[in-house]
Amino acid sequence: MLKQTEGSHAVAEAVALCRPEVICAYPISPQTHIVEALGEMVKSGELPNCEFINVESEFAAMSVAIGSSAAGARTYTATASQGLLFMVEAVYNASGLGLPIVMTVANRAIGAPINIWNDHSDSLSQRDSGWMQLFAETNQEAVDLHIQAFRLAEELSMPIMVCMDGFILTHAFERIDIPEQSQVDAYLPAFEPRQMLDPAEPVSIGAMVGPEAFMEVRYLAHAKQMQALELIPQYAAEFKQVFGRDSGGLVRPYQIEDAETVIIAMGSVLGTIKDVVDEMRAEGHKIGVLGIISYRPFPLQAVRAALANCKRFLVLEKSLAVGMGGILATDIRMAVTGSGLKGFTAIAGLGGRPIPKASLHPLFRRAEQEDLPPVTFVDLDEAAVNKQLERERLNRRSGPIAENILHDKGVVSAKFG
Amino acid sequence: MFQIRIHGRGGQGVVTATEMLSIAAFEEGRHAQAFPSFGSERTGAPVVAFCRIDDKEIRLREPIMQPDALIIQDPTLLHQIDVFAGLKSEGYVLINTSHSFEDIGLGEFAATHKASHLAALPATEIGLKHIGRPIPNVPLLGGFAALSGLIKLESVVLAINEKFSGKVAEGNVAAATEAYERVRAQMKGGAHA
Repeated sequence: MLKQTEGSHAVAEAVALCRPEVICAYPISPQTHIVEALGEMVKSGELPNCEFINVESEFAAMSVAIGSSAAGARTYTATASQGLLFMVEAVYNASGLGLPIVMTVANRAIGAPINIWNDHSDSLSQRDSGWMQLFAETNQEAVDLHIQAFRLAEELSMPIMVCMDGFILTHAFERIDIPEQSQVDAYLPAFEPRQMLDPAEPVSIGAMVGPEAFMEVRYLAHAKQMQALELIPQYAAEFKQVFGRDSGGLVRPYQIEDAETVIIAMGSVLGTIKDVVDEMRAEGHKIGVLGIISYRPFPLQAVRAALANCKRFLVLEKSLAVGMGGILATDIRMAVTGSGLKGFTAIAGLGGRPIPKASLHPLFRRAEQEDLPPVTFVDLDEAAVNKQLERERLNRRSGPIAENILHDKGVVSAKFG
Repeated sequence: MFQIRIHGRGGQGVVTATEMLSIAAFEEGRHAQAFPSFGSERTGAPVVAFCRIDDKEIRLREPIMQPDALIIQDPTLLHQIDVFAGLKSEGYVLINTSHSFEDIGLGEFAATHKASHLAALPATEIGLKHIGRPIPNVPLLGGFAALSGLIKLESVVLAINEKFSGKVAEGNVAAATEAYERVRAQMKGGAHA
C-alpha cells in the first residue's frame, strides 16, 4: 500500500512483515525510530509471536541476537555509529558462527569528534567482519532490501547488514509502497536453521578451532559470500516477480551505455548524483552512474563489466581511509585492475556535510577533463585547515583540533544544511 | 519542483509541520519529501525543516538552499539567523506574528517583494484558541494553503487526521481552517496584516 511515511517507520513495517521472532536493540540515533516502532508493534500485538528484548548496551544487543539466532529464532536488531563499534566483538562472532541475523545500520559518522550525522564510516569499518552489507538508495529500497536480506541471510546462514543513510533516509517522510503480508509470505520462506541449540538434539555451537581447521572455517565464510554474488541478483529478480519493482541486486547502472565518465557511489547520494547527471546529459555530456548496492560481497565482475566501455570513473564516497584515501575506491580500483581506466576518488559528506548539486557539477566536469588529483575532498574548507596547520607550526601546545576549528568557524547555528 | 523551508524553534512542531505538508501533497497524488535539518534538538533552539513537492519522483537529497516558500514560525528568529537566505525573488513568505511586516522590521523587504506572496498570521494565538497550546505549526499550514494555493485546505485536514485523533485533531482542524480564512481575507484585502 502506498503511504507517505517516515523511512524508519516503513523499515519497521517491513521487518514486521518478515515475522521476526526476537528483536533486541539498544537505542542510538539515527536508528532509534525503527526499533521504537517495532517495540510498539510487539506491545500492541500487531507483531505477534515476537519477543522484544530491551538490552543494556549494543554489546548485549548483538550477544542476545547471537543467542536467539542460535536457538533457531528469526532475529533482528539495528544500530549505528558508536553502537556498532561497541558491539564489534559480537559482530564478528555472529558471522564467524554463521548466524543469519539481519541488522539495520542507520549509517552515521564515528567519533571523535563526536558527530551524530550521516556518513558511511560505521558499517564500512566492519567491511571485513564477515557480514554481508547492502546499501539502500531510497527508503523504498531500504524496505525492499530488508525483505530480501532475511531470505539471503537464512539461505546462506550468514548475517547481513542493511545500510541506509542515517537521517537523510531514516528521518525522511516520503511516498513508500509497503508490501502486503501475503506478498512477503510468498517470497520469504519460514526460517529453517542449518544449526540450532535444541535440547532434543544437543550440539555445541562455538567450538575452539586450532590451526588445523581455522582456515577452512574462514574460507567457507568467504565461499558463502561468493555464493551470495549469485543469489543477490536471483533474489532481486524474484522480488520483482512478486512485488513488481526493481530493488536490490549487486549494482545499478544509470545512463551508462554510452557514458565516457561514470560516477560511482553508494546510498542516498545516488539520487542527487542522478539529477546532476541528467542535467549534464541535457547539455551533451556523456556521463553515467554506477550505484553499488552490494558492498559485501563486493561484485568485482559486475563492476568491471559495467565500466567496460567508459574512459574514466570517479568514486564519490562518504568515507575516508585515513592515511590512504577512499575505502570504496580501493575496491573499485581492484575491480578494474589492468583495464587502463583512469580513476579518481572524491571524499564527500563526512559527518553529515551536505552534498549539493552545486558542488557536484564542477567536480564531475573536472573528472570529465581528468583534471582532478587522485583524491579530492569535496567542499573542504582549506582556509580553516591551513589556519590550524599554521597554529601548529607556531605553537607546540596548539590545543585540541576540533575545538580550534569550531572556534575559528564561529557559531554555526545559522547554517541550514 | 516546489521547495518549502520552515524555520522555528524546538517544541514548535517544525518537523511535524513539514511531515504534514508532505502528507497533504501525497493526498493530492503528488510526490513529496520532508526532512529535518538534523541537529541536537533542544526546546527553544532554532530548528529548520524542509519539504519538496513535485509531480515526479524526488531524488534530490540536498538541503533546500533556494526555497520557493518560507514559513517562519517564530519572528524572533529574524534577529538570530538569516532566514531569508536563498529565497527566490518572488518566493512566498508566511510569518507567525500578530504584527505587520513593517512593525517587525521587514518594511523594506515587504516594499520590494511581491505583496500577494507575503502574509502575516497570528498563528500562536490561533493555536492557543483552538488547541489550547501555543503551537503555531498547523495554523501556519492552513495559512500556507491559502497564501500559495499549492495545497488545498482539505488536504491539510486529511494530514491532520492522519497525525492526530480525537479532540486534538478537531482543534487542529479548526485552527487550520481559521488560519486559512484569515489569510484568504488578507489576500482579498490586498494587505499583509
